[in-house]
Amino acid sequence: MKMAKRLLALTFALLFLAVGFAGCKKNDTADQLVIGGTGPLTGEASTYGTSVKRGAQIAIDEINEAGGINGIKLKFIFEDDEADGTKAKAAFEKLMDNGMQIFMGTVTSGAGVALNDAIKNEGLLHVTPSASQIEAIISPNSFRICFNDVDQGKAMAEYIYEKLGFTKAAILYNQDDSYSSGLYEAFKARWNELGGTISADTSFPKSATDFNAQLTKIAGSDAEFLFMPIYAEKAAQIVIAANSKNINLPVIGCDGLDGILNYLQGDNAKLVEGLIYYTPFIASDPSENVKTFVAKYKDKYNIEPDQFAADAYDAIYVIKAAIEKAGLTVEDTKLTAKALGEKLVPVMTQIEVDGLTGKMTFSESGEPTKSAKVAEIKDGKYVAKE
Amino acid sequence: MKKLNSKLYRNLIMVAAAIAVYAFIAYGMNTNMLPRATQTLAIKACYNVILALSLNLIVGFLGELSLGHAGFFALGAYSGCIFSINSSLPIEIRFFVAALIGGTVAAVGGFLISSSILRLQGDYLAIVTLAFGEMIRSFIKIIPYTGGTSGLNGIPSLGSKFMTFSYSYVFVIITVLVIRNIVTSRHGRAITSIRDNAIAAESVGINIKAFKIKVFTVGAFFAGIAGVILGHYINFIEPANFSYNVSIEVLVMVVLGGMGNLLGSIIAAVIITFLPEILRGFDKYRLLIYAIALILMMLAGNSPKIIELRAKAKVKIMMLRRKALARKGA
Repeated sequence: MKMAKRLLALTFALLFLAVGFAGCKKNDTADQLVIGGTGPLTGEASTYGTSVKRGAQIAIDEINEAGGINGIKLKFIFEDDEADGTKAKAAFEKLMDNGMQIFMGTVTSGAGVALNDAIKNEGLLHVTPSASQIEAIISPNSFRICFNDVDQGKAMAEYIYEKLGFTKAAILYNQDDSYSSGLYEAFKARWNELGGTISADTSFPKSATDFNAQLTKIAGSDAEFLFMPIYAEKAAQIVIAANSKNINLPVIGCDGLDGILNYLQGDNAKLVEGLIYYTPFIASDPSENVKTFVAKYKDKYNIEPDQFAADAYDAIYVIKAAIEKAGLTVEDTKLTAKALGEKLVPVMTQIEVDGLTGKMTFSESGEPTKSAKVAEIKDGKYVAKE
Repeated sequence: MKKLNSKLYRNLIMVAAAIAVYAFIAYGMNTNMLPRATQTLAIKACYNVILALSLNLIVGFLGELSLGHAGFFALGAYSGCIFSINSSLPIEIRFFVAALIGGTVAAVGGFLISSSILRLQGDYLAIVTLAFGEMIRSFIKIIPYTGGTSGLNGIPSLGSKFMTFSYSYVFVIITVLVIRNIVTSRHGRAITSIRDNAIAAESVGINIKAFKIKVFTVGAFFAGIAGVILGHYINFIEPANFSYNVSIEVLVMVVLGGMGNLLGSIIAAVIITFLPEILRGFDKYRLLIYAIALILMMLAGNSPKIIELRAKAKVKIMMLRRKALARKGA
């Protein structure tokens, strides 16, 4: 009996504690611009959200340690959206409650599309590090750091056809994932245009753990390579399964394959030797800025950064460049999100940022213009391929 | 006479409560006194309440475990929103027509599924409804006009949050009224009798099959309306919004609020909507604490002590009311 009462008391105590926590986060600091972000910190896509949060935090800390931008310090707040539209909406409002003035999110496309209306209405500067679906930046005040799915799918088709000289493709993609199916559509359209043929066109549902049927079909085809526009975790499983079926086709993918070595231990790592993927960021890049970033990231979080972290780092520096270009002063930190947006959005097309993911400029529609890199796995390491 | 009075009294309290809640939130929204996160969650709470009430009709009153509620939710959302995108009616009328269309399409789905699985009961029915929900989701991915995996875009907005909330609230009231009237009517007694003892119910001439179909159809209708509200609230829907996790979440609301307890469902739906957001302060431990809080609430709700307290409170209220009536009479 007493137990029940105690449990009840505990529940309420926890709840009140939570309300207390939630209530005391108002923007109480002067001379600061508040940059908010949302992304999945829990759930299936949580690695991406975590990387973005970490990458952005490193950039914020760097800027603040160097004295800020014209004396303006940056404050970074990040909320979990579980890669879900309705949760993203609540998270976005929560950020607005907490005084957000510039939005650096979302990490995933679905959540991003769900926020289009809110972002348009708020009129604030919006930079997404990694939402690659075309519709994720419909709003005129939205910009993105990563490539969109269509451009990437097209570029990949051209690279394979023209540079590698293959003409017969086997494709395996995730039919439940908008990123994967978007890339697939774009690749297929461009590939057919170029004159390539598709020998095996296969897909799998999100929950799949068995790829026998698809691999059998691929093994029986005359394909010269296997194109997998999917994320690394599933790709690693497929590579292992393909090996057991003696399929030795070269594997080619998109930026989702970044980090595949984390999922392949020991001898399995040899299976992806020669794997080629399209990416804006390679951690082993010898350039100075990448080296320092990778060192800082490893030092702080004990893990190698992926492209999501790099995209987020660049997103913060893009925002910094916009603030500098617009000539904001400490006085301007008191402006509302909308008023800041009116100052920052027009200068976005005038800035050029040399980031970890390449030198980039932005078009009116919010898409970045930058050169992509093609990476290859050699001796168990990601290296740039020319 | 006395009985009529107490009924009137109860209805008056309910109407007053409904108006008070609306007035409070409307005031908070228009003056921006409520945090903006709370404002959006109020809209989410509306469709969650509708979902919980409609599932309670099936699970709590009819006694059939259905795990396919997300399927009806999806049917309504997609059909209503596709209409809404392609129509050029004024937005207010468009929303109501979309809700009707969404509800009707979902109701047809409910009718079809229930008439095809009449012979199943209990666990078997649960699994079939679960499969049904997933089937709808896969179906949406492959047919044209739905946007497939990338989702349905450009669903018109009802304007401000306040407007969206107001329209949603109207549907909450309609749902409460309709479902409450069903369960307190003759039909409602027939439905609960099926739950309590199907053989006895059949022996007094209740057509079990017909009632099952009716209940599923009505439940699906309201789930469909909830879907239309969801669509016009986030202006974008994707198949991932309707996974079986949603069915489970709604079932949690129904169980937490008490099977066959409408007020309980409403309160539980509101709690389940707000709880994960209140816990945001806990950062990455949020969902863990959310789960623990759920377990604690279930335990607390079912502890004999609490049940005893509730029963005592009920008796006390009844005594007070009787006294008040007696005084009036004298």
